[in-house]
Amino acid sequence: MTMTATATVAETKYPKSDAEDVRTKFSARDVSVFYGEKQALFDVALDVPRHQVTALIGPSGCGKSTFLRCLNRMNDTIPICRVTGDIRLDDNNIYAPDIDVVYLRARVGMVFQKPNPFPKSIFENIAYGPRIHGIAMDKNDLDKIVQTSLEKAGLWNEVKDRLGEPGTGLSGGQQQRLCIARAIAVQPEVILMDEPCSALDPIATAKIEELIDELRSNYTIVIVTHNMQQAARVSQQTAFFHLGYLVEHSTTEQIFTNPDDQRTQDYITGRFG
Amino acid sequence: MAKAQQHTVKSFDEELNQLENVLVEMGGLAEVQLDNALDALVRRDEERAERIIAADKKIDELERDVDNRVMRVLALRQPMADDLRAVVTALKTASIIERIGDYARNVAKRTAVISQNPPPGTIQSIARMGNMVQGMIKDVLDAYVSRDVQKANDVLVLDERVDLLYNSLFREFLTYMMEDPRNIAACTHLLFAAKILERIGDHATNIAENVHFLVSGEIPEDRPKGQQSIYEVEDS
Repeated sequence: MTMTATATVAETKYPKSDAEDVRTKFSARDVSVFYGEKQALFDVALDVPRHQVTALIGPSGCGKSTFLRCLNRMNDTIPICRVTGDIRLDDNNIYAPDIDVVYLRARVGMVFQKPNPFPKSIFENIAYGPRIHGIAMDKNDLDKIVQTSLEKAGLWNEVKDRLGEPGTGLSGGQQQRLCIARAIAVQPEVILMDEPCSALDPIATAKIEELIDELRSNYTIVIVTHNMQQAARVSQQTAFFHLGYLVEHSTTEQIFTNPDDQRTQDYITGRFG
Repeated sequence: MAKAQQHTVKSFDEELNQLENVLVEMGGLAEVQLDNALDALVRRDEERAERIIAADKKIDELERDVDNRVMRVLALRQPMADDLRAVVTALKTASIIERIGDYARNVAKRTAVISQNPPPGTIQSIARMGNMVQGMIKDVLDAYVSRDVQKANDVLVLDERVDLLYNSLFREFLTYMMEDPRNIAACTHLLFAAKILERIGDHATNIAENVHFLVSGEIPEDRPKGQQSIYEVEDS
């Protein structure tokens, strides 16, 4: 797969529309994951629609983060981890032998629970990715990408006068938005978020949730959260995992007002355990 | 407490605003229905009465819309404090407005019978009582939208006068029925119509209490009473 250095990003490819866009971005079929002998996911089938937020919920150890990491092949970095089944991004199998995994991880970006800015300046944090992927034509281009990414992450106004300062000097909420900007800078189509607000206070969390709402017009978002209320606030689709199985998935409204499966209802009403 | 600034997550504000818009639309429709019903009565317009009866369905649909929106907001947004009161009050108020719509339809249903040979002045009496109640509805819905507790209190006071007017109309219609049995059919329906209007007035006071709860989180324990004693008869 070759790198295409398009300057303008997803906003021209996926214009915002009022109607929910139900075309599928990711489709997973018969996905199982093994850590050595232990099976962590059992035959998961799930469609992730584009330009929507899909939330993966479930108790600890249910496999939701494991599934998330399949979507950009982060599980490849774990030696004992084995993934079977079929995962397609825009109808292309991401585990095909000719797939450029580095490019895949630019198209499918990831934001983690604990903000992890590089030990570099704010500017360098954002510029690093586009530079090594060869996205920027020149210094001017790079400056523009850095500014656009920070604007899209809602951080530009707060940091525009101190781009040379270390990224680690920002508050927790700002650092997380910096990490989102960093993911955006390499022109992804999908942003995966693994408990992005767990380490943040309620105000910072609300700002990230508003940001997620704005981002979905240009990106597809999949978010893992152990906070069901956050899943309810932020997502349009919800998938409930339990003990490695995908128990139920539907619209968020359906899941939280009238789920089909007793296990789902028990979990969301706090009757578990 | 003053109305707070907007929520950080803007879509939450939009959902709350849309919920209130549907409620306001319901209230407006109910007001129109009542106005038309009274007008149809005064003009003895049976055709118009039929249209009013059919139009009640729209209010029922809007109530279901409010129900669905409230469920959605409660499940997906976990509203707290004033947001929670706003959502719960919207649910309760929608139910009341739907009843008011039903009552307006019931007045319209009686147009045909009442308009045949009513005793002189009786339809005008009903219309006057109807106008008082219309004023209450309009004021209480305004109070709801503007979160105006004082205006809601004024509606509570007005209900006393409506009840007094109902009592005096009751006596008036009884007199006509005793004078001449041919008046009984029309006067019985006039009585029902008066009772319906009195019930609408009561519902307006329920909405007024909801406004209290919405704004302050409390329901007034003692309804503010008017100056008149219960033995006085309203001059009609």
